[in-house]
Amino acid sequence: MKSRFALVVLFVFAAIALAIVPLSAQDDVFSVAAVAPSATTDLAFSQSMFDALTLLDEEMGEAFEFTFQEGTFIVDDAAVALREWASSGEYDLVIAHGSQYGSIVEELAAEFPEVSFAWGTDVNTFGLDNVFAYTAASDQGGYINGYLAAMISESGSIGVVGPIEVGDAKLYVDGFQVGALAANPDVEVNVTYIQSFSDVPLATEAANAFVANGADVLTGTAQMVVGPIGVALENELAWFGTQSSQADLSEGAGVAFQVYRFDVILKDMIAKIGEGTLGGESYTITLENGGLEMVVSELMSDEDMVMVLETIETLTAGIIAGEIMTLPEMMEATPEATATG
Amino acid sequence: MIENILTASVFASAIRLATPYMFAGIGEMFGQRSGVLNLGLDGIMLMGAFCGYYAALTTGNLALAVLAALGVGAAMGLVMALVCVILKAEQGIAGIGMYLFGLGMSELLFQQLVGTPRAIDGFPRLPIPILSEIQFLGIGEIFFNHNLLVYVAFALVPLALFVLNRTPFGLMIRAVGQNPAAADAMGIKVARVRIITVTVGGMLAGLAGASLSVALLKVFQQNLTSGLGFIAVALVYFGRWRPIGVLIGALLFSFVNALQLQMSAIGIDIPAEFAVMAPYVITLLALIFASKGTDKPTALTKPFDRGG
Repeated sequence: MKSRFALVVLFVFAAIALAIVPLSAQDDVFSVAAVAPSATTDLAFSQSMFDALTLLDEEMGEAFEFTFQEGTFIVDDAAVALREWASSGEYDLVIAHGSQYGSIVEELAAEFPEVSFAWGTDVNTFGLDNVFAYTAASDQGGYINGYLAAMISESGSIGVVGPIEVGDAKLYVDGFQVGALAANPDVEVNVTYIQSFSDVPLATEAANAFVANGADVLTGTAQMVVGPIGVALENELAWFGTQSSQADLSEGAGVAFQVYRFDVILKDMIAKIGEGTLGGESYTITLENGGLEMVVSELMSDEDMVMVLETIETLTAGIIAGEIMTLPEMMEATPEATATG
Repeated sequence: MIENILTASVFASAIRLATPYMFAGIGEMFGQRSGVLNLGLDGIMLMGAFCGYYAALTTGNLALAVLAALGVGAAMGLVMALVCVILKAEQGIAGIGMYLFGLGMSELLFQQLVGTPRAIDGFPRLPIPILSEIQFLGIGEIFFNHNLLVYVAFALVPLALFVLNRTPFGLMIRAVGQNPAAADAMGIKVARVRIITVTVGGMLAGLAGASLSVALLKVFQQNLTSGLGFIAVALVYFGRWRPIGVLIGALLFSFVNALQLQMSAIGIDIPAEFAVMAPYVITLLALIFASKGTDKPTALTKPFDRGG
């Protein structure tokens, strides 16, 4: 009788222990949920965040896990996912990766003050203590790409295919133009905003129009760039990219890419959340903090590679030191400043 | 200034842009002339684009790519036809369902089988000997220096005209679309005609998708068509359900697009929003005028019930 009672007690304790251990393990796991407007393989905006989370997953191992909902351009659809994640209590950080999600984040963050949210690209935390905001100083890499493009261009004509003239897309294009003119004041940089992030056929024809008018270097931003990259390949032109590395797709046409390293700021957010700070801060990924990384194509000749790397190094140092103005308004604000490195 | 804007390359660009609209629009025209509206065109195009692209990527065989696109388009068109004609489901809703299926399935297949966008060789330009060298008004570059699928798309117009207006089957299509009860009384198999036209429409929509992924862009990405199929449906209305009308609509829409791209390319500063909305505004205006006509198939979107 006593032995049976002991067995029952032992069994109960074992069951409790088995239940507690997984719970403890879950407490040690930092869980992230993220929603993005396009595919994780878009070679652009959404992929940059997905790659960052994947990198963290690899680095942190079992201490990190994430859920990623891609292709959710429609805000209402994203709202469903964001609300579900916030209300579940299972996630330490909920990321809304797209400026169109701002109103939803503001609403949900107020409703779930114990949940940490992050959204971008923007700097507005809505005055809420549980919202991190993040953006990219994409004009910096844009400047470098533009400078290199003007150096490389033989025809003196460069084509830029942009999506919509907002956010980091506009910053990139503006920085690109300033950089190009800094390298060669006589270069012609023509910009077409196709008013879509995803219209690949229209982006392709925009690139074709540039080529037909003499452009020998192309660049662009957003997921529709796969079309213009094809045009660059077909016409053996140079391609400069941003947001994510397009080196594989652009093959011999690719020169340099400004890659967004959101993992740099995510690590800081994770650390802050661990200390009890759920938000209230804005981040900007820059060349200085490593959130922007210039990547070059490995298919260039050694001579070209050296020139490109040296130029990137020089310009990066100048931008970080504040000696190079990468945006027109910066130059207007400080007329004595120079745009050249 | 004008000579810098209205260049041969602008018109050539318009013809390239019009190609997928031509395939999808002509196919949809057949279906609508028989009385069936297919709003799932964009989904079928996406599946055709992916299947054609995947076949080209894995085999390098462009003929196989075209067959794959035609095959998946026919299969989806057949499903649409069975749902709308046999089961008599509401055509608009069924079409939206087909669109969502194509959108999701093409994305899933792309993720699982390919992963990241990869370029393919695709259909090269096929200059027509002698004709492509005509310099006068840039005619050679505008009309005779395109890939094979562009030529096929435009050859569809006279072919569609012939089928619709000069063949017994074309007469059946028109009769079924205008008055299915009368057509049935004359011994025409209404359901069979509709199933055939919608299936053919699906085939051409699949080919429209392949014209993007295997010819014009030579790459696939999620949601590659970006709503192009819905424009094609509108172009059928614009064209008053006639092949020539679809051609004119496709060219007009594409030309305005190409024109605003050219103006940007040469540095003419026009508001981007105006430039992008222009093709849609012109199409809307044309639709207003088109709606005043009496060419609309009377039985469009109406299921036919023999006993009813």
